Order: sequence, then C-alpha cells, then structure tokens
Amino acid sequence: MTAMIDIADANKTFTMHLQGGIELPVVRGVTFHVDPGECVVLSGPSGAGKSSILKMIFGNYRCDSGRIGIRHRGEVIDLATAEPRQVLNVRRATIGYVSQFLRAVPRVATIDVVAEPLIVNGMTRADAQARAGELLHRLNIPERLWQLPPATFSGGEQQRVNIARGFISELPILLLDEPTASLDAANRAVVVALVAEKKRQGVAMVAIVHDDEIRHLIADRIVDVTSFAAAA
Amino acid sequence: MADQDLLETDQPLLVAESLSKSYGRIAACRDVSFSLYPGEVLAIVGESGSGKSTLLQLLSGQLAASGGQVSYRMRDGVTRDLAALGEAERRLLFRTDWGFVHQDPAQGLRMAVSAGANVGERLMAVGWNHYGRIRESASDWLTRVEIDVARIDDAPRTYSGGMRQRLQIARNLVTGPRLVFMDEPTGGLDVSVQARLLDLLRNLVAELHLAVVIVTHDLAVARLLSHRVMVMKGGRVIETGLTDQVLDDPREPYSQLLVSSILPP
Repeated sequence: MTAMIDIADANKTFTMHLQGGIELPVVRGVTFHVDPGECVVLSGPSGAGKSSILKMIFGNYRCDSGRIGIRHRGEVIDLATAEPRQVLNVRRATIGYVSQFLRAVPRVATIDVVAEPLIVNGMTRADAQARAGELLHRLNIPERLWQLPPATFSGGEQQRVNIARGFISELPILLLDEPTASLDAANRAVVVALVAEKKRQGVAMVAIVHDDEIRHLIADRIVDVTSFAAAA
Repeated sequence: MADQDLLETDQPLLVAESLSKSYGRIAACRDVSFSLYPGEVLAIVGESGSGKSTLLQLLSGQLAASGGQVSYRMRDGVTRDLAALGEAERRLLFRTDWGFVHQDPAQGLRMAVSAGANVGERLMAVGWNHYGRIRESASDWLTRVEIDVARIDDAPRTYSGGMRQRLQIARNLVTGPRLVFMDEPTGGLDVSVQARLLDLLRNLVAELHLAVVIVTHDLAVARLLSHRVMVMKGGRVIETGLTDQVLDDPREPYSQLLVSSILPP
C-alpha cells in the first residue's frame, strides 16, 4: 500500500444511553484513501458526518467496525483496533489535527502554544520558537501578542494561532476541520499557500471546507460524504 | 525525542492483575487489571465511593489486596510483586522512586518544619548529608514549583493552600521518582489556583517523563493531564481508553452520564 490513509468500510453509531438507548447512526461503509501529497476534501451538508470521519481518522471517535489504515513509520496501523499507546504514537509522529477551535492551556504564551509540537519532537526551544514566529508572522499575528496566552484573543486570531500550531509540525498526515472558517480574505490566502506547500512536501491531507472558492483551490479530489449516509 | 521509540518498545512500569479488595461483604474494588508505561499518565475517574481511592491505595501498596497482585519494575530492571517486598524495601521505594501527592497537603508535608526541610528531608532519607547541597537542591525545587525562595525557612502552615500543594509536589519530585500517585491534587483549591497548579503539573510530568496514576472526579483535570482514563463505578472499571476517546465518545451509560453532567463554563 502506498496510500497514507486507507479507510475500508468504517461504521460509526452513537448509542445514547441517557435517551433510552436511542441509536444514532453517523456513517456507514466509509471507504476512501489518501495518497502522499494529496488533499482530499470531504463534502456534504452539515450533519452528514464529515467531522465524525475526521475524528475517526484521528482515533478520537472509535469505530464500531471497519478499518482505518494509517501508514506510520513505514508500517500500516489500523487505528480502529490499535491500543491507546499506539494511537498516541501515531498522533505524535504521523497525524496532525487542526480543529476549528483552539483548546488552549491557561498561562501558556502564544509563541509556545505554536512551538510545542516541534519541541515535543525534539527540536530546541529556540529553534522551535523561531519557526513559530515565522508562521505567526505569515498569519498576521502581530509580534506584540506572541508572549500573551491566546485565551483573550479574538476568534479569528485564535484560529490563526491554531493553524500555525497545526502547520508547524512536519507530520506526514494533516486533518483540517474548517481551517478558514472565520478568516478574512488575506489570511485565507495564506492558508491556501500553506496547504500547497504541504502538498509539495508530500503531506497527505483530509479537509472540511465550506467555502467553495477555497475548496477549488486546495482539493485534489472530493469525497462526497452523503454516499456514506447512515440513515437506514 | 529519543524516548519516542522507547515508548513503542519499552516494558510496563506498573502492572495490576485482577486486583480486588473487599471489606466483609462489600467489594470496594473488583478485578482491576491494567499496565502503566513510563511517561504515561492514567486518570481514574468516578464518583465518591466508586473505589478509585481504594484502588490508588492498593496500587501504592498502602493497602493489602484481597485478591490479585501489583508488580513494579524496579530501577534495576527487575519486576517485583509488591506484596513480596519487605517493609524496608517498600519504604525505600516510597522515598525514592515513587511519589504520593495527597489532596490535603497537610497529609504529605510536615506542617511545623520549614519548607526547605520538607524538601530536604526526602534527600536526607536517601543518604544526602551535605547541608549546602541539600539547601541548593531545595531552593532549586521551590523555584521550579514557583515558590519564592525567600520563603524557604518558613513553615508550610504559613503558606496558602496553593503554595502548600506546590510544596508537596516539590517534596515528592526532588528524588527523581519515576512514578507518582496523585489523589485529587487540585481538590481543595480555588479555580484560579487550580489552573496554575495543573499547568505546572502538566509541564513537570512531560519534562521529567513521569508515569502518573491520578485519581480525580474532575473530568477537566483528566483531560488536561492524562493520556488514558479508567472510569470506575461500584468498584469496577466500566470503561477505559484514550482520554479524548472516553470523554468525546463515551460508550457506557455511566460514562455518558459523567460526561454529560459537566456544566459548561
């Protein structure tokens, strides 16, 4: 297999025990793959299960059945059955996730929030901060904010900090959940450029993008999630 | 980091097998098994009376199990059954390779002696006898837990709750333990003090590559600090998994109830 992500017949249902055990089918028969250097965009209306699929690829939601094959350090690991420790290793070395919202730790300076993924993977603090600074600069976060924790920033600023943190890593797989949702045109263009750079580096990406223009700019392929609709 | 590869190949540090404890007819802890690896943080969550504190006491050898066993990989690489250790060996383990952070700092500190002595005492217990070096190490640790070194000669009874808890952490970490047990470490603190302590703990745990078993009823604490979660109810582990899996996609009815009971901030 040369694909970075190879999903076969993955299913997910929520069972709501507090609501009398209602079964809430989310997706059924999810099957697609993503090659290195390729950006696959998931399309479909709200509630179709796009974010759930992204979370299944990250190992955040557990699959009921099927397979989430991830190429991790030259081997294929099935995240649907992997041990927690393996999932953590895959996240540290292989899969990055850029969520819509920044989950910031109190007191940590913006520059360190962004630099952390590099430090965790062994880069010196100074080098990691220098790289973080470059990205924050590109994403138009003024330098006077870098030493402040991002908790007090505006929504758009927080999202850009989150994007910087997501794109700073050198992980071979990136999952992007609406990376441009609350950005202005200039910053959307920066994100498009960042995605293009990642493609040239051979990074495999799966994205959710509602903006048609952005979708056309970054998508190599579109996977229609409504075909995985779980409604019986 | 080099320890990344270690993480994938190393041996567990602590292994619990079918641990049980009953008090007469009451089963406080039933058939608990898991492995904890170096650098891994495991949160045990559940309501009062779920057996989580009993489990912590069983794991740390403070309570004898009614069934099952706990083994620990000692610094020499040999894995030993805790119940088979002599009292002296067990105490040495507690003073060197293990830490125990109590919810109430008064339980883990000596309230009437100075902060410096509280930290230094653990070093003396492992054979340090050079006063200057002990004091230097104590000052260093006070700084690391954000206590003003000017307060080194004050007794912890003059400290605020948050400072006491940070001092207790310094006292535990000064001997370079590989495993730390924590029982509701942020329990009695104000929210703002909690946030600071959590941030401090999070950094120390990562920096020192500590394995931690933390008992908490606060799911936010579990989310911030732990890699894995075990949900307990009625003395049994009812669900276990990666922390974000269990909190974002809980499967068991009781886990769903716990997660849905969190008040939005």
